[in-house]
Amino acid sequence: MAKFEYSYYPGCSSQTGASSSNLMRSVDTMCEELDLKLNPIPDWNCCSASIGYGSGNVLPRLSLSARNIALSEQHNPNQDIVATCAACWLSTRETAERLHQDENMFKDVNTALAEARLTLTNKTPIRHMAEVLIEDVGYESLARGVKKPLQGIRIAGYVGCQTNRPFGIAGESFENPLYLDKLVESLGGDSVPTYEKKVQCCGGALAFSEPEKSQAMIHGIIEAAYDNGADMIVTPCPLCQTNVEIYQDVINAKFGSKFEMPVVYYSQLISVAYGRNSKDAALDGQLIRAKKLESFAG
Amino acid sequence: MSLNNAMLEKYRNNFLQEVAGNVEQGDWVKMCMQCGVCAGSCPLGDAWEHSPQKIFMMIRANRREQVLSSDSMWMCTSCYHCVVRCPRGLPIPHIMHGLASYAKRLGLAPKSNPTLWFAEVFWNNMLKKGRVNELKLGLSLYFKDGFASGIKQAMAHQKLGINMLKAKRMAPMDMFAGHAIKDIFGLHKMIRKAQEIEAAKLEANSK
Ligand code: SF4
Ligand code: SF4
Repeated sequence: MAKFEYSYYPGCSSQTGASSSNLMRSVDTMCEELDLKLNPIPDWNCCSASIGYGSGNVLPRLSLSARNIALSEQHNPNQDIVATCAACWLSTRETAERLHQDENMFKDVNTALAEARLTLTNKTPIRHMAEVLIEDVGYESLARGVKKPLQGIRIAGYVGCQTNRPFGIAGESFENPLYLDKLVESLGGDSVPTYEKKVQCCGGALAFSEPEKSQAMIHGIIEAAYDNGADMIVTPCPLCQTNVEIYQDVINAKFGSKFEMPVVYYSQLISVAYGRNSKDAALDGQLIRAKKLESFAG
Repeated sequence: MSLNNAMLEKYRNNFLQEVAGNVEQGDWVKMCMQCGVCAGSCPLGDAWEHSPQKIFMMIRANRREQVLSSDSMWMCTSCYHCVVRCPRGLPIPHIMHGLASYAKRLGLAPKSNPTLWFAEVFWNNMLKKGRVNELKLGLSLYFKDGFASGIKQAMAHQKLGINMLKAKRMAPMDMFAGHAIKDIFGLHKMIRKAQEIEAAKLEANSK
């Protein structure tokens, strides 16, 4: 039996062949190493992320996440829901909380869910994988399992927005959360506590609709990593990872910069530090290769 | 009578009340104390014609047209900076989203706003199979301004596309298949029901 067991859904961007498939692959490896069992929510649907409001308004949008919670209650009873995507976590948790506060909305959601032959009791805790690592596994026990300390790699922890606000991680501040730094240190790497862009917005979904404005912000996020002497950036969020990694060519052309900054997930760091190879850690999924990390992965 | 006219008639000169009764989390607007913290926290602040602080002031001043036709609310990235800093605890992004979608519903939202457009494309894309088809979503972005400009856009991003393919973070077969949920019928019925309930409430409120 696994040490911990959770109900889980990867989210659209982490499915096979999608923009963050390397997150899912490295999370699978990480969970093998940490003895965490993730039970998929059967037939989960898109949460419509933070852009769903435009056409989804309130009730249809909340129904989407409510369906996922209801399916989880039915198929994975008594298990916390764990999300790895910031937007999935936020939408699901926000839905759960809104429906706790608003009894009428709760009734309406259940009326809608009945059309899909589902009912929601709304008793399930909604958590982020980072909370699982910090609260259930813990830094110390995480450090104990390290086989290849990430010695000499300077890793800037880019927390971003939605893994940090409005819910955040218990005991961490919104303005200067330290958990990624602590995670990096636990794995034997060098954290960059002075990295001042760690909670800067990357533009989120507006990277698609307002690319100019978003790319200016992304430029700042990468520049600060260079200014702080970082070898790479680590993030917990699939949209942060994608936005900060894939437009570097475009940004270089626009700003005259020469950025080539790898952006990896915490799950990739853990997989490598636990002795797994580049493929298991999904390092082959990087657009900008994380060479220093690869040299540890073998 | 259009919904917009019905609302105008009902609330006359009380936009604050209209917002409180019809906009997501709109009853919070009266709690704003105009400190300006949200305005200073917004990452796209320079792009906003009216900051959240100003929007809340304009609501109280009955500047209905000006608020609802503004593209400011569509600049909210949902970064939640303002939420954790607002001394009055206003759920600012939800109010921004609520104002934006209310304006859209009344037909007052700026029709050429790219985020409004993207939100619609995203919603339809996601709802079709119950999960996002990123390939089609990306292509709709390129072809937003017509075929010729789409080809140009796609060519300009060719290298990015090829790199994503190589990294297995893009799947060409998604053009024809893609990820889908099984109970798509149930999902659509659920969404239709939710839309019905919401529309009926708005309709009743306008009377
Ligand atoms: S931070 Fe809060 S109280 Fe201050 S202006 Fe903004 S909404 Fe009003
Ligand atoms: S959540 Fe929206 S309104 Fe608030 S600071 Fe971020 S972009 Fe501005």
